[in-house]
Amino acid sequence: MAQAERKIRVLVAKPGLDGHDRGAKVIARALRDAGMEVIYTGLRQTPEMIAAAALQEDVDAVGVSILSGAHNTLCPRIVSLLREQGMNDTLVVLGGIVPQEDIPKLKEQGVAEIFLPGTSTQDIAKFIRANVRPRD
Amino acid sequence: MPTTDTATEQPPSSSANAGERKSSFRTVSLDEVNRLYAPADVAQIDAENDIGLPGEFPYTRGIHASGYRGKLWTMRQFAGFGTPEETNLRFKYLSKEGQTGLSVAYDLPTLMGYDADSPLSEGEVGKCGVAVSSLADMEALFDGIDLEQVTVSQTINAPASVLLAMYLVVAEKQGADWKKISGTLQNDILKEYIAQKEWIYPIRSAMKLVIDTFEFCTEQVPRYNPISVSGYHIREAGATALQELAFTLRDGIEYVDWGIRAGLDIDRFVPRISFFFNAHNDFFEEIAKYRAARRIWARVMRDRFGSTSERTLKLRFHTQTAGVSLTVQQPLNNVVRVAIQALAGVLGGTQSLHTDSYDEALALPTDRAALLSLRTQQIIAEESGVANTVDPLGGSYFVESLTQKMEDGARDYFERIDAMGGMVEAIERGFPQREIQDSAYQYQKALEAGEQTIVGVNKYQMEQTGTEVPTLVIDESVRHHQLERLEQTRARRDKQAVVRTLDKLRRAAEAGDNTMVATIEAVREYATLGEICSALRDVYGIYEEPAI
Repeated sequence: MAQAERKIRVLVAKPGLDGHDRGAKVIARALRDAGMEVIYTGLRQTPEMIAAAALQEDVDAVGVSILSGAHNTLCPRIVSLLREQGMNDTLVVLGGIVPQEDIPKLKEQGVAEIFLPGTSTQDIAKFIRANVRPRD
Repeated sequence: MPTTDTATEQPPSSSANAGERKSSFRTVSLDEVNRLYAPADVAQIDAENDIGLPGEFPYTRGIHASGYRGKLWTMRQFAGFGTPEETNLRFKYLSKEGQTGLSVAYDLPTLMGYDADSPLSEGEVGKCGVAVSSLADMEALFDGIDLEQVTVSQTINAPASVLLAMYLVVAEKQGADWKKISGTLQNDILKEYIAQKEWIYPIRSAMKLVIDTFEFCTEQVPRYNPISVSGYHIREAGATALQELAFTLRDGIEYVDWGIRAGLDIDRFVPRISFFFNAHNDFFEEIAKYRAARRIWARVMRDRFGSTSERTLKLRFHTQTAGVSLTVQQPLNNVVRVAIQALAGVLGGTQSLHTDSYDEALALPTDRAALLSLRTQQIIAEESGVANTVDPLGGSYFVESLTQKMEDGARDYFERIDAMGGMVEAIERGFPQREIQDSAYQYQKALEAGEQTIVGVNKYQMEQTGTEVPTLVIDESVRHHQLERLEQTRARRDKQAVVRTLDKLRRAAEAGDNTMVATIEAVREYATLGEICSALRDVYGIYEEPAI
């Protein structure tokens, strides 16, 4: 059925105590410019708050931004909370300072892609567009 | 749209740019640079009144007549990771290798006023800096380090008064005289709301705590700098060089205003206000920024506040190379970036300098990387010859013209912020935050369009095969170690004394009295950072960021 194309909805989330939000804000704006609807959580959200916001906002993707090194603790928890509330298809991506060694494990735990510093915002938008699950 | 592929680049339309590589040449702040600077560019600048001599008003050329011929800058490497014991060893290692001052990096729970055992601290203990929850940690951190002999800088803001109290009590236990100890507390809460975002209390209560430290230190710790007004984080968040300069100095003006309103004597407290700037990639733009900072501050202190005291007029600053410029890709390239940035800081006349390590886009630095960054400073100081003469770039058409442009641009920002009622009001409106976000986004767009180059990232890329340099890994054993000491501390202390001193602090905060004495008393009884901040939160509440 042809209807007006639904915009991709993305929650940009900043978990943990870290206040470095330059990346989160730049990516939020870039995704908006790429035609997506973006909700930014603001700083210092717990995984529980992020999962609740994802559900409430009915997003297609959650983009997590972390500089502090706490990704191994926080990301798996966000993924499992999303899955617990039935958001099985919600794409979870991570951007930030993440050592190469941590990447395979994070992917195993359900993070679809990890974007390291230097990634272009256009590539991130492209990835999200290509990997969110189409909806009716 | 410009492209990095020169073969497809359009020839410049303007004949003025004929034969040039690009249609416009811009700094890292996206500010246009002319082909040539000549006497006409400095015609409005008065050699005597605007440039002058080093050590003389308006200090454009430096605050000391002899520059670095008298004393080199302090080589002060920011360090902190894991447990206090581990950081203590790093301090001793860097000192043995010729570092001349210490600088403490605290972890995120400490920066936010949470103890290591708070649920909010999970995953963050010791990760971005050293974990300190109580006086017991602070004692371990400075074990065997004589606080009367060494100057220590502490990067701590929202809970700065508590960490200052811990530092003073450790000094007291060592038998050091508060009148003799020196060092710097970052304690710049305004830039937290603007850029770094590690806040606790609402902005006006937080400003009150800052003024408490000014008042206390002026009387009790007169050689200590209770604040380092910081542009560093503003720049890292995406500001241009001009925005960094303007917002930082306007923050400085705000602290002076608040201090005077609290009844402090300008010529007693302002001389202990220090500054902290970033050293980014664009060499001349940075040098102009530092020179302009000194000139603006001297003129503002004289003309706006009416001071004639030389110590009040002289702006002293610390510099750190730009963390944000470091790349994960080809990390050894960072060694070169850091050296160039450090050189800009030195040619700009910095009083102290931190050089980043090449592995810092990946993690906190290893011993080896930290040593190389210290050696970088030593090579600049003792091999390059740049410290042999004062302000060697003074009189350069380009540098003087840029310096003037920085001053003019900063004054425009001052006018806009003054019109809003001051910096606190401007922050409440989201003005500096929005300006910075816009610049960050413009820069990202310029980067993705290939208008700005980052070697190894958007040009000269190479296939990366895993992590190329060894990195420092901080595991969860740090947390366990810290939890253990915290538990022992809580078990051993006099519980009634803790309750009593925390109550006293709460009452002081409620009454609007100076909180420093009560904070020191609570710290002496081993009240934890989290407990003290919680007591103040009871009184002040917490800050909610406006949507921007």
